[in-house]
Amino acid sequence: MKSNPNPKANRHMLILTYGIVLLFVGLAAYYGYFLFTKSDTVINNSYNARLDSFADRVVRGEIRSSDGRVIAQTNVDGEGNESRNYPFDSLFAHVVGYSSNGKTGIEALSNFYLLTSHVNMLEQVFNELSSVKNKGDNVVTTLDLDIQKAAYDALGKRNGAVVVMEPDTGKILAMVSKPDYNPNTLLADWNHLVAEENTSGQLLNRATQGLYPPGSTFKVVTALEHMRENPSNYGDYTFDCNGTYKNGDYTIKCYHGTAHGHQDFRQAFANSCNGAFSNLGLSLNLNGLKNTADQLLFNSDLPLSIAYSKSSYTMAEGADTWQILQTSIGQGQTQITPIHNAMMTAAIANGGTLMKPYLIDRVENVGGDVVKKFMPQSYGNLMTAEESADLSEYMRAVVTEGTGSALRTDAYTVAGKTGSAEFDKAKETHAWFIGFAPVEHPKVVISVIVEEGGSGGQTAAPIARTLFDLYFSK
Amino acid sequence: MINLTIDVSRYFMILLIALYTYLNFRIFSVKDEIKKNRICRRQNFAMFLIHLFAYVIIWFETKDERMLVFYLAQVLFFLVYLFLYRLFYRNVSRLLVNNMCMLLSVSFIMLTRLSFDKAMKQFIIVVVAAVVTLVIPFVIDRVWQLSKIPWVYGLGGILLLGIVCIAGTSSFGAQLSLGVGDFSIQPSEFVKISYVFFIATMFYRSTDFKTVITVTAVAAVHVLTLVISKDLGSALIFFVAYVFMLFVATGKWLYLLAGVGGGSLASLLAFQIFDHVKTRVLAWQNPWTDIAGKGYQITQSLFAIGTGGWFGMGLYRGMPKKIPVVEKDFIFSAISEELGAVFALCILFICLGCFLQFMMIASRMQAVFYKLIAFGLGTIYIFQVFLTVGGVTKFIPSTGVTLPLVSYGGSSILSTFIIFGIIQGLYILKRNEEEEYEE
Ligand SMILES: [Zn+2]
Repeated sequence: MKSNPNPKANRHMLILTYGIVLLFVGLAAYYGYFLFTKSDTVINNSYNARLDSFADRVVRGEIRSSDGRVIAQTNVDGEGNESRNYPFDSLFAHVVGYSSNGKTGIEALSNFYLLTSHVNMLEQVFNELSSVKNKGDNVVTTLDLDIQKAAYDALGKRNGAVVVMEPDTGKILAMVSKPDYNPNTLLADWNHLVAEENTSGQLLNRATQGLYPPGSTFKVVTALEHMRENPSNYGDYTFDCNGTYKNGDYTIKCYHGTAHGHQDFRQAFANSCNGAFSNLGLSLNLNGLKNTADQLLFNSDLPLSIAYSKSSYTMAEGADTWQILQTSIGQGQTQITPIHNAMMTAAIANGGTLMKPYLIDRVENVGGDVVKKFMPQSYGNLMTAEESADLSEYMRAVVTEGTGSALRTDAYTVAGKTGSAEFDKAKETHAWFIGFAPVEHPKVVISVIVEEGGSGGQTAAPIARTLFDLYFSK
Repeated sequence: MINLTIDVSRYFMILLIALYTYLNFRIFSVKDEIKKNRICRRQNFAMFLIHLFAYVIIWFETKDERMLVFYLAQVLFFLVYLFLYRLFYRNVSRLLVNNMCMLLSVSFIMLTRLSFDKAMKQFIIVVVAAVVTLVIPFVIDRVWQLSKIPWVYGLGGILLLGIVCIAGTSSFGAQLSLGVGDFSIQPSEFVKISYVFFIATMFYRSTDFKTVITVTAVAAVHVLTLVISKDLGSALIFFVAYVFMLFVATGKWLYLLAGVGGGSLASLLAFQIFDHVKTRVLAWQNPWTDIAGKGYQITQSLFAIGTGGWFGMGLYRGMPKKIPVVEKDFIFSAISEELGAVFALCILFICLGCFLQFMMIASRMQAVFYKLIAFGLGTIYIFQVFLTVGGVTKFIPSTGVTLPLVSYGGSSILSTFIIFGIIQGLYILKRNEEEEYEE
């Protein structure tokens, strides 16, 4: 009547039970992992309404420059009314952002820390008994007040953006965007700032969200692809430039029609010869070029924690000649943000490895004890060390013998690339400069764009010069 | 001052539940009956204190007199239930009764905080379920006929699931419940039990190839009906329970491997064929790209857990109501947000403790029928816990199942009470047998 039961049933149940216990241990471990490592970034999300309620019990903390100067603070008057104050007015407008009418910049990025209080237990109890709010933690940024100010002044009344960062750590030392707004009067100015007829875009952080044609700074990418396709003889490329390069019906002009004459690869890069690079582009494998652009983070998310736009590069196999000629010299459909250009340059300066850019150095409680310290993190390699060394050498030539003459000095060595990006036939070109110094052991990277600034070498490079001078005089 | 009281009570609650959870596992290594009883008394003490602290906070926050009455009613219920079980059944597993009460008290606390009305309804259902299921151990002990009607279980289950599939009211895209007047019941909660009984009775009679094929076919119909009703969580639970029971009944590794392999293949197929499966998996993989849409529920849950941190925001200090169906599928996130992740993890381990107790009882049963029932019900219970907690923490895709005894819902409460009652019955049966033997 009854079949033989499984004599090992208990053993088998034990095995399955172990399996399930293991599953639960995994679940609990994942839970802990989430809370230890990921929850900070997860909860500091603008969709997380919970953070707003923190403000009922905590006075928003201060945001400070790297040397401890206050750049945002909350004042509480006798009646307990709070107001956010920015002592430097518009100097840090975009990068620090605002915290009324939504939150942007570091105000958004560090919202959770600013609204969390780590004052000591005794003080908490005391505050509780006297019904005073606890003071939120202070956020110390990586921003250098002097460099920020110098960049802000150097850009002056012109529109554009400047990014200064350390290639070996990813620390952002300065980030300026113009036109700007005054965060102290944001509420009063709001209607004007968001009005439809206002096309200036003062609220836009051009450093991270402004998309510009890269112009000749893109020749770094074209050059890298050329080097990859011709590993043994890429230096042998030559071109004879008479200022206007014709291909069928198409014409590519060098800047201001300058005839560069006989150019080898190094000279063509240093002098930013459009003819040479357009012609070079025709010989490249278009999918290869797209892959290289993608590896350099075009069309992809950037390791950046504040709002940014994705750079775009669209040309692939099957593109027509005109598109190739244009794209090879950074015109056409390609668009890039100043921060992305800075990151590419930083990777070249740092042996091919991109360090994740970051803005918050540490979080301190009111007493100055460090609550959380942020460490440099590597994003990965955008190119090999050899490739970065070769590109550095070519970029050095831009300064010593080419368009980057504004950076020639005995005080330190700069490697860079200028660009004059055309965006509207009727208007002046955008002026670009990307570069780093010192070449031997890069400490600082600068990316500058001046909208309608004309020539990169004449408008953007001098701004970089001012900043390098300041950096190395400190 | 109030804030201070609340903060301090919160830490006490965490400490107490940690102690409770520790004792829950400590008891496994204690042989002496007197010591065991002492541990159980300490657990009761911890539970009542947690319950008291929580309602003190609730009182401070709401200043609602109804809370006091409600609190006293709950205390009375727990006291009577703990007392009656021991009065009726001398040899009851106190640990299981304690754990039920612990989980229920947490349920009452969270539901009161979320919605007083729902907490009241839950309380009434719990009282009714407790009274009704108190007789189950008595029945199990005497009605051997339960093992003689496999096809009543098998066909009854399929029939019920089929009706839900066709005529059920849909919630969140899944056909789950049947409306009867003002009530709505969720038959799959009860079919879980008949399903385990069906498999156990069949395999108790025979484990030859023909039976295996027949049982597999019936199990497959159950699972497929659930998949068609879009009740993916239950489908998964039913599937796993079958494969595990088949393995334990036959002892053939091949079946287990085939089950796991077939299950993986079926999941892949389901992902390709059914849009609602795909949506869930994609929302799980990257909910952050669509926070306002498909990823809403899970991201709100993660916000809640993350913001609450290890020690919680404190009752009424979080925003658990931002999470859709928080009182059912996402109650665990609400607990984690307001009472703290440590507290929530303790709840998880208390559930695991119940399961281990189930398995211990299963291993002691000599009769295959009873062994398979204890094992099957245990598997169903623990996988339900795993799917809920895994789902709300983004460990696995969310499948929309409830946390037994903690989530709001009458069917879930009643069926869990029945499951615990059956296991309790088996435990008592065994202990009585042992006693007779000793005498
Ligand atoms: Zn030229």
